[in-house]
Amino acid sequence: MYLHKEMETMTRPEIEKLQLERLQKTVLHCMNSPFYKKRFEENNLKPEDIKSLDDLRKIPFTTKQDLRDTYPFGIASVPLEKATRLHSSSGTTGNPTVILHTQKDLDEWANAVARCLHMVGLRPSDVFQNSSGYGMFTGGLGFQYGAERLGMLTVPAAAGNTKRQIKFMTDFGTTAVHAIPSYAARIYEVMEEMGIDPRRDTKLKTLIIGAEPHSEEQRRRIEEMLGVKAYNSFGMSEMCGPGVAFECTEQNGLHIWEDYYIVEIVDPETLEPVAEGEVGELVLTTINREAMPLLRYRTRDLTRVLPGECPCGRHHKRLDRMKGRSDDMIILKGVNIFPIQIETILLQFKELSTDYLITLETVDTNDEMTIEVELNEMFTDDYARLQSLTREITRQLKDEILVTPRIKLMPKGALPKSEGKAVRVKDLRKTF
Amino acid sequence: MTVHQLSVFIENKQGTLQKVLDLLKEGNIQLIATTIADTTEYGIYRIICSEPTRAYETLKNAGISVNLSDVFAIRLENEVGRAADTIKLFSEAGIGISYLYSFMLGNNGIMVFRTNNTERAREVIMLNKLDFIAEKDLSKLF
Repeated sequence: MYLHKEMETMTRPEIEKLQLERLQKTVLHCMNSPFYKKRFEENNLKPEDIKSLDDLRKIPFTTKQDLRDTYPFGIASVPLEKATRLHSSSGTTGNPTVILHTQKDLDEWANAVARCLHMVGLRPSDVFQNSSGYGMFTGGLGFQYGAERLGMLTVPAAAGNTKRQIKFMTDFGTTAVHAIPSYAARIYEVMEEMGIDPRRDTKLKTLIIGAEPHSEEQRRRIEEMLGVKAYNSFGMSEMCGPGVAFECTEQNGLHIWEDYYIVEIVDPETLEPVAEGEVGELVLTTINREAMPLLRYRTRDLTRVLPGECPCGRHHKRLDRMKGRSDDMIILKGVNIFPIQIETILLQFKELSTDYLITLETVDTNDEMTIEVELNEMFTDDYARLQSLTREITRQLKDEILVTPRIKLMPKGALPKSEGKAVRVKDLRKTF
Repeated sequence: MTVHQLSVFIENKQGTLQKVLDLLKEGNIQLIATTIADTTEYGIYRIICSEPTRAYETLKNAGISVNLSDVFAIRLENEVGRAADTIKLFSEAGIGISYLYSFMLGNNGIMVFRTNNTERAREVIMLNKLDFIAEKDLSKLF
């Protein structure tokens, strides 16, 4: 029932004892990082000041901006020759973020993912198909190594080409799939077109969904369509990727592995801890990482810790489904997008005004982005020029944000003005 | 040899065309020919009118997205095949027609069009002595 019985079934006092040990070790190790060394000195803080888990709060927060400012390797706590892989965020606007891994980090990451997959009932006899993008996107390699660690037969199908994905499922006897929720729905649509009944023609029983906000209703719909149990996965590239928190078979909250992370939930305004069970921003400290530990990293994800015990016997805290973001980051099709990335591209087009409106909506089962842009002035008398402008905007945005938005040209003055707090993003998706 | 044409960006929303027409009416501008093609999201409303420069200022001052460009307007005799003969002159000279619309004025047909090579199109018009309408003629057309 447990892959790492000792770690998974620790009591709260045991978890906290291990966390303090690992925290102290991590903080000491962080003094090899030029960034943390300076930060501790500036705050008159020494590693030995961390005597209890509560002392964690003496340490300043680490933010995404810190990662950008120290791009690419400024936070690393090991010399580069000890690192064996890096993952980087998308985007060319501002510095992307980079996370370095040593071989030990990669091993531990694979262990965490294997533990998650085992927790939802997957075993070496299962056939695991990963429909997530490989490469820099951590959902690819993260699940790949975790599934291999567990000993399953893995099908690294990667994203796209849905008919081929379905052929793999039927031919290889795939029993478990990892996909973003909107893609899971897409798979079902294409199965219907192909005359394939997932219950009759495939051996699918488990679906891992994550990296995209979705509602409980959406999950139930996907389960109903494909005849599977769908489990929620939470991860982020700053915390390695997938494997941070995962639902158990209770499907009631995501256990966050507290032998890897220390969890804090803070008020995003005051940065003080919220009352138990209240919603706030998730702050994570890595306590099992070598190349690039992060202390009190502000994830910007809003959630809460579910109160009470989980019947599964694990005492690792359970996070509620993510409730949104404390910044303006958009998560679309598993890709993280900041409106500023879009704005920077749009501003390069002298044909456009500075006003724009991003709308996210669910069309059929697909989440889509429409960007309305305003013509500065009517610079042409023919359709071809307007269409080529639209195509060029689309192409440049696709290169930056990795998803293809629909561009809608508007006459000048049609959109809300940029003065004051103009609404730039409308999220009409059926998620929360 | 050319006439001014207004091209108005029309959002696909009820009332936008009406607003443009009301502004022109208030400005006492006489329409000569207009055309709008259907697209899903927006349209370009092309207008030939009595005083295009004043009409342009009127619309622009009202915040309308409008463009002022030059197009050819050729008067054709009212006979079968005149359009075919005229366009042939351009196509044989290797000139492409970007868009074209036509209307009747009195007993004549008028073809309004833009080409992908204005200079060569001018030569064709001169060499073949085509009956073009000039900007100054616009206000005398009716």
